[in-house]
Parts: sequence; structure tokens; C-alpha cells
Amino acid sequence: MDTFVQQLINGLTIGSIYALLALGYTMVYGILRLINFAHGDIYMVGAFAGYFIAHGLGFAAQPSILGFGITLLGSMLVAALIGMAIERFAYRPVRKYARMTTLITAIGVSLLLENLGVVIFGGAPRSFPQLLENQNYTLFGNAAISKSQILIFSVSIALMLLLQWIIYRTKVGTAMRAVSFNLNSAKLMGINTNLIIAFTFALGSALAAAGGVLTAQYNPQIYPLMGIITGLKAFVAAVLGGIGNIPGAVLGGLLIGAAETFVVGYGQSVGIPSTYRDAVAFSILILVLLFRPAGLLGSTVQEKV
Amino acid sequence: MSGAPEHDAVEATKEDSILTEAARTTRSSSGSDATEGDDARANGDANLNTNKCTIRFGGLIAVNELNMNVREGEIYGLIGPNGAGKTTIFNLLTGVYKPTSGAIYFQGKRIDGLRPYEIASRGISRTFQNIRLFPSMSVLENVMTACHIHAKQSLFDAVVRTPRFGRDEAEHRDYCLELLGIFDLARYKDEGGTSLPYGNQRRLEIVRALATRPKLLLLDEPAAGMNPSEAMDLMALIRKIRDRFGLTILLVEHNMKVVMGVCERIQVVDYGKSIALGLPEQIKNDPKVIEAYLGD
Amino acid sequence: MPTFVKRLLFAVLVIVVLLGLNAMLSTQGLFGFGLDDYYARLLTFIGINIILAVSLNLINGFTGQFSIGHAGFMAIGAYVSAYLTVYHAPNWEPALAGVVGADAAHVLIFVVAILAGGLATALAGLVVGIPSLRLRGDYLAIVTLGFAEIIRIVILNIDKVGGATGLTVPGYTNFVWVGIFAVITIVVVHNIVRSDTGRALVSIREDELAAEAMGINTTRYKVLSFVISSAFAGIAGVLFAHYNKFLSTADFTFLRSFEIIIMIVLGGMGSITGAILGAAVITILPEALRQLPTIALFGQEFNFADLRLVIYAALLIVIMLTRPQGVLGTREFGMSWLRRAQKRPAGDEAVGASPGVPIAERDATKNDPVKEVENK
Repeated sequence: MDTFVQQLINGLTIGSIYALLALGYTMVYGILRLINFAHGDIYMVGAFAGYFIAHGLGFAAQPSILGFGITLLGSMLVAALIGMAIERFAYRPVRKYARMTTLITAIGVSLLLENLGVVIFGGAPRSFPQLLENQNYTLFGNAAISKSQILIFSVSIALMLLLQWIIYRTKVGTAMRAVSFNLNSAKLMGINTNLIIAFTFALGSALAAAGGVLTAQYNPQIYPLMGIITGLKAFVAAVLGGIGNIPGAVLGGLLIGAAETFVVGYGQSVGIPSTYRDAVAFSILILVLLFRPAGLLGSTVQEKV
Repeated sequence: MSGAPEHDAVEATKEDSILTEAARTTRSSSGSDATEGDDARANGDANLNTNKCTIRFGGLIAVNELNMNVREGEIYGLIGPNGAGKTTIFNLLTGVYKPTSGAIYFQGKRIDGLRPYEIASRGISRTFQNIRLFPSMSVLENVMTACHIHAKQSLFDAVVRTPRFGRDEAEHRDYCLELLGIFDLARYKDEGGTSLPYGNQRRLEIVRALATRPKLLLLDEPAAGMNPSEAMDLMALIRKIRDRFGLTILLVEHNMKVVMGVCERIQVVDYGKSIALGLPEQIKNDPKVIEAYLGD
Repeated sequence: MPTFVKRLLFAVLVIVVLLGLNAMLSTQGLFGFGLDDYYARLLTFIGINIILAVSLNLINGFTGQFSIGHAGFMAIGAYVSAYLTVYHAPNWEPALAGVVGADAAHVLIFVVAILAGGLATALAGLVVGIPSLRLRGDYLAIVTLGFAEIIRIVILNIDKVGGATGLTVPGYTNFVWVGIFAVITIVVVHNIVRSDTGRALVSIREDELAAEAMGINTTRYKVLSFVISSAFAGIAGVLFAHYNKFLSTADFTFLRSFEIIIMIVLGGMGSITGAILGAAVITILPEALRQLPTIALFGQEFNFADLRLVIYAALLIVIMLTRPQGVLGTREFGMSWLRRAQKRPAGDEAVGASPGVPIAERDATKNDPVKEVENK
């Protein structure tokens, strides 16, 4: 039982990160029908931004809540700006072209971020500073939960609630929903679609950056290629939940995190080596696309062509 | 970005689905199959008929218990105000959609639920409301693509370039050139399909549909965008096609002159339901039809 | 001249050219003119990349289905064949040599390896293709990427073929083998494209719904093109493995897939000559970059070749922004591209013709829309 709880805690931890990233994918997809390949790399950018902010402002030396908070917000801001820049300069010009063109552009941006990262920061991992003193708490007997895990849960939940508020209780959010239903109609209603799209990218990128900083607290090694696999898995999470569906992204993220952890945790006893960890998410993707392409919370109604 | 699980089906654009258009349509229907005595209800001497054919998209009933009987060799018109469901009906007939309930028969055999290419190989071909030519192919290639159903070459023949390949290609080429010649488009054979003027593109689409050697041809608003003189020519063209190729023609059209001028029987639909069926004279004076078009 | 003879001459010509090049690359050279190992290596890799690019172009360019897992198929071909040559050939070859002689045995064994690799990969292509090809563009891309990664992870876990440490493989390939298969790939793909099957594939790319309406079983053809394409990738993998003489899964990551994508994007996704061009350029580029002086950036010295991934990425973005159709677009160099130039009737320019936009235009033929076919 203890192991189960422990696995669950760990699984939900990583799942929360996937959820944060999946939200960004799903929002951008909902608005533009574009899979932002570069989203995972924004997560990486967030982690690195946090790294430099923490060192630059001296928080690395002295752990504190304030330091963490400022690092988090700072990296979210940096990522939001970069996300908007990418949208403006790489995606917007090709929006009018065939979808494959936008896809290839997205791949290009992703590769660019990754390899610029390698060139600028070097491929070797760096250690993200501990911004909060770590401590483990015990639950249910032998299951341990660390401070950084609690942090991940609380910050993720807070951010998701904030997102929910933005989307359903603000004017911008309503505009976002309108654009995701039908971009042209929204334009005709007087909504500045370019602004809304930029805002969506900013939001999604900020969430990804938060994910990056939170992960870095939990697992301090950061390196330029860290966004690739995590990004892909988060995308799978978004598809699992139903692409374009916000609660679905959260659900998908948590499920993937849990599934992965359980397979690795219990897999040993059934002969699945832990190196198959990454294959879990991809296998789930294939199963979803085969049997329920609309995802768990997506609709399966036949659509008018 | 719906927070609610229910997705407004009417608003759902094709981009929402992660399946391709072709894969999506016959897969995701949640409909029941009407099985009792269906084949018995297939009308023997009709070329095409539908029996209580219905399709719903979520809460919207786009086509409501449609009964249709098209006789072999006739030119049959399908009209109705905008949004009445005419193109949806075409899509049902050609297998793009699967009916939620009801059945469709062609030459006595059920065809609902078949994939579009299977329906095409049974002899039903169509044109599209928004012209769907193949942009990067030449005029001739556009037409030759439709010869696929009747192609005798195998992949092996193509790769190794056997004599059979050569014969098959030549046969298709000749046939397509002949067809293009009939429509006076042969001179454009090597030009890009979509670089032709609009009227010629419409005719090219008809030629392409004819290259599948259909028995039933569905024309979706062929007169759209034409001026009166062109529309007159179109009417003559339709009659000529029917006579020369021995086809049955089902026509969706808004241009009343064309409809009245060329259709032998007309069916009127409104809100997915059939509201009138008869000869052009009858339809013209039918109060229900007038009301549907003018509104109340 | 009968077609059969023409083709025989073509094949002979190809073999002569390849043998000549091979001789030039050997120590004695051809008539005293020789190229050294460096060029042999370069040409061989260009050849392998040509096979990869031209085959990927069949599915991505001509059929319009965006697959980015080509490296996974390459890996299957490589590892399946390597398994045979490392563990079984040492037993089979001597036995065979007793029957047909050492040289012939050597060649035969390799042919078996190639066939095995190609078939295994074709099978994999079928398994991956059937479920995936119902999906729309972006999803297909992710799924193919996912499959390629799964393949790589699975291979990584098979210790018998080296696992994480890698596998040493006997050297069966040389430039001639690669050259022959490059030519075969080009000819096969070209013949497919210029046939009824090819038209079916292109129609799927252009408008899947219309293609289906014209009687084309789009699923069947998408899978077909995917299987053929992956089979050639597998063959490229076999050739690569037995030339490199060492196999490690690090050679088959998605970076490799992206490299092939860049080749066809650069050359033009609907063009075979474009793919050849792209393959050549991308293979040569790192070498060319190495010749440039090093540059100091961010406090470190960089050889431009190290920056090549950044350059590729930037190149990809720039091409998409400026000329998405690549260098050759859908045209082939030197063949019918001049004939294919689309002519627009004068009236259209002013109105900006596009499909679906009604233009009330007088066409000279309007008065006589249906003409009887003249007996020519």
C-alpha cells in the first residue's frame, strides 16, 4: 500500500508538470489547430531563464520563498515574451499556407531553440539552484512527499485555477473561446484575433515555463534538450484528454504521469525494464489514436464536412 | 477550447477532428442500421432510391427521413433554400457521410455505409459545389486520375514498365483526350487544372467525373457563378451528356431557369425534409415550395 | 530501338559509371586518376541519403502524408540485417562459398541481408501505417515520431544487437552497392510516380475527398506508399550499417529523421530531382562548413560544422517563410518542367482567379460547348 501511495504521489507530481505543458498545447491547438512543436522547448527556456534569474538576483545563494516566487514569475514572463515572438515571426507569416508548412516551421523553431541552447549553454547539464530548503514529509506510513513535490502540486493547482478564471470569467478568455470556435466569425465580431492569439501563446508559454522551474526544483539537472521528450509526452497527454479540451489536458497529464510511474515502478516485477519508461507515453498515444481519437473528454459526434 | 464535454456539432469545423476527412466520415457515426426488410423496399426499377434516410450531427437533424426515387435515365433536380441539406444529401449518396438511420440503394443494392471510392466504383460520380480539382496536375492528368477504377495496370507493371502498362496508359490517355475533346477542353490538356477560367474549371470537373464511366452523375450547383448565356449552354450540355453517355443525372441547383429548363422531375427539400416532388410545372406553382423560398 | 534494349543499355551504363567511379576511388585509380577515401565516403553517404530522401519524398512529397519517423525504419533494416550478418553469415558464407565460390557467396549473403532488411522494414511500415494513416497531418507526424522512438527504445533494450554499447558489423558495402541501390530507388519511385498509382498518390495529396469520390481507395494507397517508402529506408539502413561497420541507436534518433526532412524540404517535396539535390547538399554541407574558419561565439570557439544543426533549423524556418515549395517545388529538373509552367489566360490576371470564385467571363468556346469528336 505504501509503495502504491508513493508511486501515486510521484506519478501525480510528474503528471502535474505534463498537465501544465499539455494546457499550452491544447490552448494553441484550440485556437490555431496547430501543434506547437516548439512548446516543449519553451519549458526548457523557462528552466534556463529561471536558472539565470536565480543566479543573477542572488537567490541561489539564499533559499527563500520570495526568491522562488520571483524566479518563477520572471521565467514565466521571459517565456511568454519568447512565445509571443515565435508566434509573431515564425508562425503568423505561414498561417495562410498549407498546414504542413506550419508544421515544418514549428519543427524548425523547435530544432532552433534546442540547438541554440546547445551552442550557447553547452550540452552538459547544469544544476538548478535550490530555491527552497528541501524537506521530506511522511504520509500514510512509509510514503514520503518532498517539499518540492508539494510545491509542484500547489503551484500547478493555483495556475490551473487561475487559467480557469481567465478563460471563463474574463473578457479575454471569452474572446479566446470565441476564436477557438471559429476564427473568422470572431474576427467579424470585432475581436482582434492576432492579439488574442498572441495572448494565448503567452499564457501557454508562461505555464510551460512554470513547469520548467518547478521541475528544476524537483530534479535539478537542466540541459538544452530536456524539453524534447517531456514536450512529446505532454502532447500525448493533451491528445489523451481530447485536444482542444482544457480539463482534458489536465486529466491527460495526470494520467500519463501516473501510468508512466506505475509501469516503471511495478514493471520490474513483470519483466519490463525501466528503460521502457518513455515508450509508455507513446504506446498510450497509439492506443488512443487507434481506439478513441477524440480523446477521453473529446466528442465523437460525426462532423459536418 | 470547450470547457464542457459537449461540443456544439454545428460549429464543429472539419479541423476539429484529428482524423482525415475520408477516415472520419464513415467511422464516427453512432447510428443504428435499419435492417428489417430493407432490401425488399429497394425499388426495382429505380436507379437510385433512398428510404427514410436520416442524418443527425449531434442535435441537428440535417436530413430528415428522406425518400427519394430517381429513375434510370432521367434528369432529376434537387432544390431548396440555402441550408436545406442538399449538399448533405449528396454527401450521403456518395458515402462521405453514413446515415444515422434509413437506407440508400443504387440499382437495387444497398450502398449506405460504403466508402466513397466503393460507391464510385459502382457507378456514381459527382462534382463539387466548391470546385475540387487537383491543383498541381494538368488538365489531362486531372481527368486521367479518374480512370483509376478502370485501370488494368498493376503496381508491378508500373515499376517494371511492362507492355501492359504502356497499353493501359495509352488507352486512358486516348479516352481522356476524347472526353476533353467533347467538351472542347482538349487544347488545354497540359495546362494546370486550376489555371483555367472558372467556367472551364467547372466543365473540367464534369469531364473528370465522367471519366469514371458512371451510371449516375451527381452535379452540385454546376451553374454557380454563370451568367444567363453560360447557364443556357450548361443546360444543353447536361442534356447532351445524358443522351450521349446514357446516364442518369441528379442535379442540385439554385438557378431556377436551369432547374426548370432541364430537369424532368424535381424534388424540393427544406430543413432536411422533402416537401414536394413532381414535374417542373407542378413545383413552380406549389404553395409549400413558394413559402419555403420566400419565408413566412 | 525496342524498349527492352534501351533499358538494358541504361542498366549497363549505370554499372559502367559506378564501376568507373569505384575504380577511381581505389588505390590504383582509373587510368592513373584517383580520388581518395574521403571522397569515397562522401559519395557513399550521398548515395545512402539519396535513397532515404527519395523514398521519404514518396510518402511526404507525393502522397502528402507527413511522416517524420524515417529513421526508425532505417534502424529496423540496419539491425535486422546486422543480426543476420553478425550471427549467421559466418556460418552460411563458408558453406555457400564451397558451392559458388567466395566472391559470389559474399555477394549473395549480402543480397539476402538486404532483402531481409527491406522486407522486415516493409512489414513494420505496414504495421505502423495501417493505424496511423487515418490520422490527419499533424497527428500522423507525431505518431510516426512516436513509433520511431518506440522502435529505437526497443532496439536499445535488445542486448543481442548491442543494446547501449553498440554492435560491430562486417563490412559488406561499398560505393558500388550504394550506387546501384540509389539508382534502383530513383527508377522505382520515378516509375511509380508516373503511373496510375502515382496519379492516385498525388490526388490524395491534393484533395483526399475528391480522390475518394473518383474511385481511389485512399487508405490503401497511403499505406502502399508508406510501405514502399519505409522498405527503401530499411535498405538504406542495411547499406549504412555495413558501410559504417558499427551500429548504435544514436544514429537513428529523430535528428536523423529531421535531417532527411530538411533534404526534401530544401529540394522540394514533390520532386525526385529535388530530393537528390537536397540529399547531396545536406551531405556535403557539414564538410563544406568544416573548411570555414572557426568562429568565436559566447566565449567558445566554434567550427561551423558544429553549428550545422542550428543552421539546418534556421534554414528550415527561412525556407518555410520564403519559399515553402523548396528549390524545385513539384518540378523535375530537365524533364517536363518547362512544359508544365502554368499558363493563365489574360483575363484572369486582372481579376485574380482562384477556384470557386465566380468570374463572369466570356470563353470563346461558349457558343458550342459540346462538340462531336472530329475523326483525326
